[in-house]
Amino acid sequence: MVNYNTQLDRTFAALVDPTRRAILARLEREDGASVSELAKPFAIKLPAVMKHLDVLVEAGLVTRSKLGRTVTVRLSPQPMRAALDWLRRYERFWSGSLDRLAVYAERKEAEARKRGR
Amino acid sequence: MTSLTLVRRIAARPSIVFEALTSPEGIVHWWGPDAGPVLLAETDVRVGGRFRVRFRTLDGSEHESSGEYLEIVNPARLAMSWRWKGGEDPGESLVEIDLRGIAEGTELTFTHSRLRDESTRRSHEEGWNGALDKLQYHFSHSIERRSS
Repeated sequence: MVNYNTQLDRTFAALVDPTRRAILARLEREDGASVSELAKPFAIKLPAVMKHLDVLVEAGLVTRSKLGRTVTVRLSPQPMRAALDWLRRYERFWSGSLDRLAVYAERKEAEARKRGR
Repeated sequence: MTSLTLVRRIAARPSIVFEALTSPEGIVHWWGPDAGPVLLAETDVRVGGRFRVRFRTLDGSEHESSGEYLEIVNPARLAMSWRWKGGEDPGESLVEIDLRGIAEGTELTFTHSRLRDESTRRSHEEGWNGALDKLQYHFSHSIERRSS
């Protein structure tokens, strides 16, 4: 549980930044990109992009592999999946709760009407 | 930054839905992810008052959440802080519920937000980002050395 939370913290801390989210979104569309390709759309310098990639690698959200002079960055889906599972637990909790709340309130409404209110 | 929003249309007037949301008699009928029982429900429905609910899920595990009522507009709006007891998600989050009267009864809009704020902040404080900063420092220095 502790490790699980640490990993989730890392995932969400990494996702806080819009540049990093944009990098992830791009890697979701393309199966791998070089660092310079990734840096192109941004108005920031290459070292700044590399720092963002460090954060993403550290969080386990992307992997870097080097072939010759080219470093290819790829999405590593597991931590995102864990983050989505975590959010889904909340969704299950509230979805189930609100469904039963509706049933209960509707019964109370029917009772109130029967009493002529 | 992380939040969840759900909308439900309920065939009951807002005052009845509000009562179901806030009274212990109501809460025992609906609180929890599955049909497992609510073991304890306490509410003090005023701004600054607290709630505490303990429940068991069908897999046999017990959970407890508590918090403080931050806004109460009977029967239109409810906002409360939210915290799990024990090792479940650390930190405090925010629950907001808006009830709007519609022809068929009530439209309920539910939002649970700030779900990861506290733990993200804590991870910063606990030095995870500090360690990263150091890594980045070394990294940028080795780049500078290479380019010089």
